[in-house]
Amino acid sequence: MHIGRYIDLVYRTEIDLAEAFRKVSKEFKDEPDVYQTCQLLARWSDQLVEELAPFVKKYKSEKDDEPDRLTQTLLKKTRKGSLALLRDLHDLYLIASEVEICCTILKQGSDSLRDKELTPACEEVERQTKRQLNWLTTRLKQAAPQTLIVAKE
Amino acid sequence: MAKTRDSIKDIWGDRTPYKGEWPVRVDEQTDETPDKWVQSACMLCSNGCGMDIGVKDGKIVGVRGRGVDVVNHGRLGPKGLNAWEANNSADRLTKPLIKKNGKFEEASWNEAMDLIVQKSKEVVEKQTSLGIGFYTSGQLFLEEYYLLAMIGKAGLGTPHMDGNTRLCTASAAAALKVSFGSDGQPGSYTDLDIADTVLHVGHNIASQQTVLWMRILDRLAGPNPPKIVVIDPRETYTAQKATVHLAPVVGTNIPVMNGLLNLIIQSGKIDHEFIEKSTVGFEELKNIVSKWTPERVEQVSKVPAEKLRAAADILSNAKMLVSTVLQGVYQSMQATAAAVQVNNVHLIRGLIGKDGCGIYQMNGQPTAQNNRECGADGDFPGFRNWGNKKHVQELADLWNIEPDKIPYWSPPTHAMQIWRYAEQGTISMLWISGTNPAVSLPELARIRKILQKKDLFVVVQDAFMTETSKYADVVLPAAIWGEKTGSFTNVDRTVHISHKAVEPPGEAKSDLDIFIDYSRRMDFRDKDGAPLIKWNTPEEVFEGWKACSKGRPCDYSGLSYAKLSEGSGIQWPCNEQFPNGTTHLYTEGKFNTSGDYCETYNYDLDTGAANDAEKYKSIDPQGKAFIKGVDYEQPHEMPDEEYPLWLTTGRIVYHFHTRTKTGRSKELQAAAPDSFVQISEHDAAKYGISDGDMLEVESRRGKVIEPARIGGIDPGTVFIPFHYGYWDNDDRPRAANELTISEWDPVSKQPHFKYSAVKISKASDGILNKIGDAFEAIKDTLKPKEA
Repeated sequence: MHIGRYIDLVYRTEIDLAEAFRKVSKEFKDEPDVYQTCQLLARWSDQLVEELAPFVKKYKSEKDDEPDRLTQTLLKKTRKGSLALLRDLHDLYLIASEVEICCTILKQGSDSLRDKELTPACEEVERQTKRQLNWLTTRLKQAAPQTLIVAKE
Repeated sequence: MAKTRDSIKDIWGDRTPYKGEWPVRVDEQTDETPDKWVQSACMLCSNGCGMDIGVKDGKIVGVRGRGVDVVNHGRLGPKGLNAWEANNSADRLTKPLIKKNGKFEEASWNEAMDLIVQKSKEVVEKQTSLGIGFYTSGQLFLEEYYLLAMIGKAGLGTPHMDGNTRLCTASAAAALKVSFGSDGQPGSYTDLDIADTVLHVGHNIASQQTVLWMRILDRLAGPNPPKIVVIDPRETYTAQKATVHLAPVVGTNIPVMNGLLNLIIQSGKIDHEFIEKSTVGFEELKNIVSKWTPERVEQVSKVPAEKLRAAADILSNAKMLVSTVLQGVYQSMQATAAAVQVNNVHLIRGLIGKDGCGIYQMNGQPTAQNNRECGADGDFPGFRNWGNKKHVQELADLWNIEPDKIPYWSPPTHAMQIWRYAEQGTISMLWISGTNPAVSLPELARIRKILQKKDLFVVVQDAFMTETSKYADVVLPAAIWGEKTGSFTNVDRTVHISHKAVEPPGEAKSDLDIFIDYSRRMDFRDKDGAPLIKWNTPEEVFEGWKACSKGRPCDYSGLSYAKLSEGSGIQWPCNEQFPNGTTHLYTEGKFNTSGDYCETYNYDLDTGAANDAEKYKSIDPQGKAFIKGVDYEQPHEMPDEEYPLWLTTGRIVYHFHTRTKTGRSKELQAAAPDSFVQISEHDAAKYGISDGDMLEVESRRGKVIEPARIGGIDPGTVFIPFHYGYWDNDDRPRAANELTISEWDPVSKQPHFKYSAVKISKASDGILNKIGDAFEAIKDTLKPKEA
């Protein structure tokens, strides 16, 4: 049984995501909407992390010794210059997508186990992650034309 | 010479109590007896009172209310009766100005327009049309907005168009779109004639829309007076007349509204049939608001639980409810979300789409509605949906252009983002018409810095030299109300025509003529090579607009200049089906939400994330209204040890916007000559402040010095009116927006003027020098930029 691995994966990626939102927010204080929304979305992720914690304990059977996860290679350093906003939000999108697919996989397991507590927790992660992705898409679409076509550096 | 009342001393005039209907009372104020009266309507707030302009020897000499008009039955407020004097001011701009070596020089129209065209072409060459932005107003005419929308969207193809309507009315539009699928006020002012309950949320109607307030005062003075619930942190004139006044702490509209909705639902007096038949989302709302018990609301908002219960009781038992909402909601935290909760009160009680039941998501400015309808702001003409390819194709067909000319690929750029792009240098030409951002936008030091950027070419089109126009590279003298013909639409969808009464001063031209001239010189063409703009007169543009609006919610196709000139204003939609206009929308409980018709695919109220067409298919309620709830988020800046007080900003009854007109009326100016800071008795005692003491008010962004006015506000909060800038007095920093914060609502993008954290201190002799230094610093930045 490997479900413990996927709980751990969702849990740790969600922690990464919260941290990534905070990191990006601090880089873009001159973009008040980016700063504030990233702070808000980081708090959503914190909340999900809290809700997932009991399941990590419950299903913990073996240590997750997977090598570096995808998310750790992203946003190692936030960027400078006019592309920065686009590229950093893009990375956030990838990390959030990782949460989403990990959670989809986990929920399959949870459904099969008929775990009446884990399944709603997964649904909550899916719901909130979709909202995070939705905002990132909206903001990326807004920023893209000006950055790709007009920005100088 | 006639003066039927002293509107300065007695703002609302004598009571004329209801006798079945609202009696006519014609208010008039003229300096001389006019040779003729010319039909118009008032442009000093969003109420849209029918008004005649008195003319003698080619000069405006006064005004009178139009007794036949449905909006005001002859009445006019203090601004309407007095501000026409501004037209005759000696300091009107009369010639184009071009800045050379840091100084303005008079120029011919040819020189000025050639320069603008040359610059436009250079920018497009270098940056595409994404390098050009338009920042317009809530005070142009419908025809001017529509023409400008075409220039921007079909001529240049830039998404960077917005108005100062973003500051006053964006959340109104957003809340209507979110709940009902499109902009457009559901009710009619006539609802106030019979409603038994009125709810004012963050709306100091007594000062903002004095004539609408007269209608309510006359109800209060007549038989069956309505109950009034007011939600406002200050004890305003409006609040003084309330049956119940709730005074929440700044930034807590959502807790209060959620608390009210919770109690209304608990009372059981909700319209289950209407909810079932005409709405989606009720259960989710119920779930969210159920956590907001009166006690919890009291904890967060400081509104006593008992008072909340009393207000909820009134709202639960109302048979005919009129609600009004304004800046206390729109310019505060969770703006759109809170405005939507007012819509929800009506939806869950089934009080919409019938006589006596209206929601007015108010506008601040007289023609804000038209900017939203015509798409010179962040909207698409005719309440079309920028995400809907069919709607974009409709516009392309109408304008005979390729659809990809129209910038539909991303949300239209909102004002604060336009300024950000200018700050970053990716917008290098900014055309500002009929507005004064150097006083009205948040965080003025930043705005001045942007306006002074060497790589930003600034065109300002105005009637006067303003705090903004002094930074312009080119200033174009504009004709204003009374000097040009056009139409505009008030809050309750009443369309008025305003005829040209006199010639503009000097070489000043109407905004319409300026925009037409620009489009000819830019040689904008349709796809067959014919000129894009085929019109020369306001009436021709109006006819074009009728075609654009036909079949959309704001249908003007049954109107004409002739019809509008017959008597009263007329409410849209006005078409074959409703030739005399329409008092109520959504009378069948059917809303504009179906996917092929709606103006928006809706948003996440917490983040502003926009749905796309695909996503909307899965939630399309096909004519049902959306009931959407949210939980509380606290403001982003809260008072702390260093900045221990809340600052909130707002208006006073005698002035409009940045006083460019009202400050030039002798009586209005004398009634309210200077800014002030309002502070509670409690805080005054704490800081040892007496009435009239000069106080230094400082936020993280700037500092102002204002005389103290004590009382009428809760401890912990101070208030400064936003009207005052520097054109008539630059002795001290006094514009409220020196202090305000650059941030905005996630959905409507309306800036949060209603809260920032400040500290105050008495400007005693000892620190006068310090104040002087502070102002020297500001004065430096006020100097016009070097060319």
